[in-house]
Amino acid sequence: MPLLEIRNVTRRFGTLTAIDRVTLSIEAGEFFTLLGPSGCGKTTLLRMIAGFDAPDAGSIFLDGRDLADKPPEQRPVHTVFQSYALFPHMSVARNVAFPLQMAKKPPEEIAAKVKQALAEVHLEDKGASYPHELSGGQKQRVALARALVTRPRMLLLDEPLGALDAKLREQMEIELISLQRDVGITFVFVTHAQPEALALSHRIAVMRDGRVEQMDTPSRLYGFPANRFVADFIGNCNMLPATVSEATPHGLRLAVGALGEVAAPPAERARAGQAGVLALRPEQVHIVAANAAHELKNHFAGRVRDFLYIGDVTTYVVELENGTRIEALLANSAPGRARFFEVDEPVKVAWRHDAGIFLLD
Amino acid sequence: MAVPRAERVTKWLIAGPPLAFLLAFFLLPSLIMALASLRYPGEFGGLAPLAARPGEESGLTLENYALFFGDWVYAQIFAKSLVIAALTTFACLVLAYPLALLIARSPKKRRDFMVLLVILPFASNFLVRVYAWMIILGPMDLLFTRFAVIVGMVYVHLPFMILPLYTNLEKHDPTLLDAAQDLGANAWHTFWRVTFPLSLPGVFSGSALVFIPVLGMFAIPELLGGKDDWMVGNMIKEAFLGTRDWPFGSMLSLMLTLAVLAIAGAAALFARRGAPNE
Repeated sequence: MPLLEIRNVTRRFGTLTAIDRVTLSIEAGEFFTLLGPSGCGKTTLLRMIAGFDAPDAGSIFLDGRDLADKPPEQRPVHTVFQSYALFPHMSVARNVAFPLQMAKKPPEEIAAKVKQALAEVHLEDKGASYPHELSGGQKQRVALARALVTRPRMLLLDEPLGALDAKLREQMEIELISLQRDVGITFVFVTHAQPEALALSHRIAVMRDGRVEQMDTPSRLYGFPANRFVADFIGNCNMLPATVSEATPHGLRLAVGALGEVAAPPAERARAGQAGVLALRPEQVHIVAANAAHELKNHFAGRVRDFLYIGDVTTYVVELENGTRIEALLANSAPGRARFFEVDEPVKVAWRHDAGIFLLD
Repeated sequence: MAVPRAERVTKWLIAGPPLAFLLAFFLLPSLIMALASLRYPGEFGGLAPLAARPGEESGLTLENYALFFGDWVYAQIFAKSLVIAALTTFACLVLAYPLALLIARSPKKRRDFMVLLVILPFASNFLVRVYAWMIILGPMDLLFTRFAVIVGMVYVHLPFMILPLYTNLEKHDPTLLDAAQDLGANAWHTFWRVTFPLSLPGVFSGSALVFIPVLGMFAIPELLGGKDDWMVGNMIKEAFLGTRDWPFGSMLSLMLTLAVLAIAGAAALFARRGAPNE
């Protein structure tokens, strides 16, 4: 039995359908992420799990029991809020003790558990501090300790890393992963930042307009997006409009606009004559000098239009002879590479016949 | 680091006028009053000339203070005033808090209108409103009692409690209430563990705005109270307008000011220990 089951849940605000017949289940011990652009309904769904909002239709089950009649304070589910929502008039230790006091635990137990929870988030020496004396990352950890101290069945995290700067966010991501593994509690994480979702989650539900577009592991979402939205939202993608000219179990032959014929891996539902896009990740596209030898079937000549030097990699924007623009990624550690390609330099882009994925419109 | 000269000049230009106002119309009169409390009353009110009387070295005397500390009756009236002020403050707090909370948690558009309703009574004359209470309490046989005094006091001072409370409660982050509930607190615990402690600055300023004026109030006890409901304010008024003993009245005023300062100081100390620095 899954830990949490959301069955056919719908939530409307006036004429807006914020959640549209969503069904999903989350297993115990999972790090599950609701990913989507703002307004996709992910926060509404989280608030319904916490009990701050109720579905107009459908039900939510925790451990097989319907949560409909349970107010937030009676659900074994705690939330880490985006703003942390630490009580400003209480010390760190009293903040962490709060849920234990509400559960009427004896004082000795409270003291021991607060100490342990603060140790888990590496804030042993901050118990006497007040929230305003802490940095953003420290506040974040106090919020985590406070939400985890009673060992809830599930922890809900509402964009908890949104307010942190990039460096700190990366550090907190690593801490979140190890914390989740150590305490073994199911995390349900809401974010609009796809790198965060890919880095942290066991499974991700990609949401748009109140619906789940695709639900899968990070690597499968990235490698096999179900549609254009997912392909575009997760990572970067070259989208080449294409028509199927031939479909076999071994592969597709596509007519890609003015590029001509392109070979692509097989797609289950593709039939000759259908229109769609070939979604191609920049790192699948090789870029080589115009006169270099190559043995790839899909190759096209063009010129470097722009490049972005990121450090570990360089992203090149190559304009092909027919005007199509393709992004190609080149690792700067590539062996034997003597120099960068410059703007306007003639180059060739190429990709394997089994690279990319054909998505029907 | 030194503050730039221009900035210092600007600071004084801004702070100067109110400072001068307070010096001229608060500190100076207080000093005059303190001095007046040490002088002899004039024959028909006012103060006696400062020239030394025959057989005395100066025109100054501690007679009024001797009188004040020599007779229990003054301390009793002070104590009674403190009790009435405390009861009024408490009643205002209990009545104002739910209303302030209601306004603070109403939709933003409705809040301004509700605040307007709270201050609307100020649009009619203070005495008229107190007389209205005479008409209400009279037939109920409650007029000229301690109860009537407190009812009148509470009625007149309630807005001074509601407004600071509302201003404080309105600023509370609603996510904190969600967080408390999420962590297992019911409505009762959420209020007493989160909302109330966070509203203490509002509670203190509202209490000061009620307690201090009530302590010196004379019109309400005079109109609604009985003969046992004389307060410090009545004594002071009587000294100036009745017996025309200005030095005695000045002494009483000074004692009242000192009492208020002492209580405010104690409350500030208490508040600072209770709440962490911002």
